[in-house]
Amino acid sequence: MAISGGPVQGVEPSPEAGAEPRPTGAAAAEGSPGAQAADVALTAAPELVATSIGEYTRAWWKRVRGGDAGVLPVLIGLVGIVIIFQALNSVFLSAGNVTNLLVQGLVFILLGMAEVFVLLLGEIDLSIGYVAGLGAVIVALLMNPPVSLPWFVALLAGLVATTAIGALQGTLVTRLRLPSFVVTLAGLLGWEGLMIEIVNTTNPNSGGVISVTDPVIFNLVNGTMPEAAGWIVMLVAVCGYALFSLFHDGRRRRSGLTAPPLGLTLGRIGVVAAAGVVLVLLFNSNRGVTVPLSGMPPVIPVLLVILVAWTFLLGSTRFGRYIYAIGGNAEAARRAGINLTRIRTAAFAMSGLTAGMAGVVYESRLGSISIGIDGGTLVLYAVATAVIGGTSLLGGRGKMVHALLGGIVIAAIYNGMGLLGLQTAIQYMVTALVLIAAVTVDRLARRSRAARATEG
Amino acid sequence: MTESSDGAPRSAAADRASGAPGELCSPGADAGEKPILELRHVDKSFGPVQALSQVSLQVARGQATGLLGDNGAGKTVMIKTVSGMWPPDSGEILWNGRPIHIHTPRDAAALGITTVYQDLALCDNLDIVQNMFLGREALRLGSLDEVTMERAARRTLESLAVTTVRSIRQPVSSLSGGQRQSVAVARAVMIESKLVIMDEPTAALGVAQTRVVLDLIRRLVGQGVSVLMVSHNLNDVFAVADRLAILHLGHLVATGPASEFDPQVAVDFMTTGRSARARPGIAAPREA
Repeated sequence: MAISGGPVQGVEPSPEAGAEPRPTGAAAAEGSPGAQAADVALTAAPELVATSIGEYTRAWWKRVRGGDAGVLPVLIGLVGIVIIFQALNSVFLSAGNVTNLLVQGLVFILLGMAEVFVLLLGEIDLSIGYVAGLGAVIVALLMNPPVSLPWFVALLAGLVATTAIGALQGTLVTRLRLPSFVVTLAGLLGWEGLMIEIVNTTNPNSGGVISVTDPVIFNLVNGTMPEAAGWIVMLVAVCGYALFSLFHDGRRRRSGLTAPPLGLTLGRIGVVAAAGVVLVLLFNSNRGVTVPLSGMPPVIPVLLVILVAWTFLLGSTRFGRYIYAIGGNAEAARRAGINLTRIRTAAFAMSGLTAGMAGVVYESRLGSISIGIDGGTLVLYAVATAVIGGTSLLGGRGKMVHALLGGIVIAAIYNGMGLLGLQTAIQYMVTALVLIAAVTVDRLARRSRAARATEG
Repeated sequence: MTESSDGAPRSAAADRASGAPGELCSPGADAGEKPILELRHVDKSFGPVQALSQVSLQVARGQATGLLGDNGAGKTVMIKTVSGMWPPDSGEILWNGRPIHIHTPRDAAALGITTVYQDLALCDNLDIVQNMFLGREALRLGSLDEVTMERAARRTLESLAVTTVRSIRQPVSSLSGGQRQSVAVARAVMIESKLVIMDEPTAALGVAQTRVVLDLIRRLVGQGVSVLMVSHNLNDVFAVADRLAILHLGHLVATGPASEFDPQVAVDFMTTGRSARARPGIAAPREA
């Protein structure tokens, strides 16, 4: 479709193009650029094509129909789940329960983010559940007597350990060319064993449970921030988002590139601000049963920082770009001169690091870490979280925000079923259905996109 | 095999031929200017199969050279040799007149040789700009400078007259075959390649898209890039090539200005390795 008849009028000549492009023979006159250009696929991000809101909406809808719905399916699914549970039990959307739900979702979200790093490569990491458990054990042991290190030293040591585990597994996958499924399956077994061994050796009489005594780590999830602090977090986040969006669009416009219409950007900022206000109001209302309890848990801003940092890493750095490239076409990436070994290993290390963070949040929420942690189920939920959010298992497609949305969906199912008094067995089956639905949506989207590509 | 005394006069003859009267191509390959790439007595075999046998080929600077041959003639082996995938068993490769060794694709890339493969080697999930800059991203304050990359990509596409792609931010998976070829070629221009090797650039394309790609190759040459186009499609090669080289069962059987060939002569060489109707402007080393 890239038909074009000869030199284009009004095109500024490129500096490297010394000579006027010379068309050959009859080809210059023929071809029907207009007709062919008209059906060019509109699968580009709509804001990069459209300049008015109406045009934007049309482009977006065309893109959704074309199979690239982005986060739309998971958002629709989430709204559906919320409506169902709210209809069945009016407690579901209460301030206390929503806070509880989000806190329950934290571990899924973080493990889902860990999984996104490797899923984007087209690989899988089955070990992160027990890597999280091992990291939690290391942090707890280092903080507690007799070691009694400051919490930040213990935290750092734990995260370094889980990052090293990820790097080790990544090295086995890349250097020895072992399948990641097998390497991390061995990790699933091996790291659980190491975790139990460490706990039983250091605390033989603990019954396999190590409590979190350090107040900072304990209050990460269980503590609350003053109401004003919640508002400040919200203001910083919303203003940061607004400034970034406006600056980003402005730079594109100044450079003569298309940018989304200003109204649309302002609308988005408004939605984010509204969501932030609702969230802070929820956190700041009294959710205590016996004693008053209100305020945002400190882990919420921490999660936001991790989400923003990892999103930046994937979207705006060479490292992230190369992860997508390898997941899309490893051979093309190799021919482009990308060091596949280094990028893949680093992605596994990032997965380990994020799993370690999930482990710390896990032990903070429970106030202890037990060798009974079910890392096997956790990792399956982590994969489900990423996939439900919209990340592809085949590599090359996915975002960090998918883990956030997927984690909230899973937590909502968990939480809602618990409120209804349904048993774990039912919860598992419903989660399975949601997972199948998410993968089906992904597959159907791919099929319709492939069909469109062959048409063109 | 007599290495030097046998081969040198032949290549000289080929040079003279390119300056033969009646030739309308731009001056470049003759008059003392060295060919951008020269193969001398290159052998390559895979076990008992002799894929290339004493191949001596010159690729003229700033021109499009068409490499013709039937299936199994050794075309693909030749370009993989030059692009560093399969180093030759023996013989010499000269770049701008200097002997060089190409052992990996990265060696070739460092010299300015870009190969656009049949399978294109684009990442379907990335957009046009991302593909064009893959491995050479522009940075600003440590993060990707999308604005600079998008502007440069747009300039390059416009210089090649690839303008009907509605948005250069659409993923490559949504492009047609011709558009994908265009992106691959634009990428080669972007990274300032000196020699672009194209492996069957029109094999998978329809009529209209083939024309797009052939136009693009001419524009590439117009920008001073040397092109080696490998194909078994006579029409396409005659449409763009300034010079032709024909392989037959691993031997280079004919070279010369495209104007000296006609399709029938080319088919003779491709199928039998010789032609009774060959004009004097064609060097046919095997018949000497």
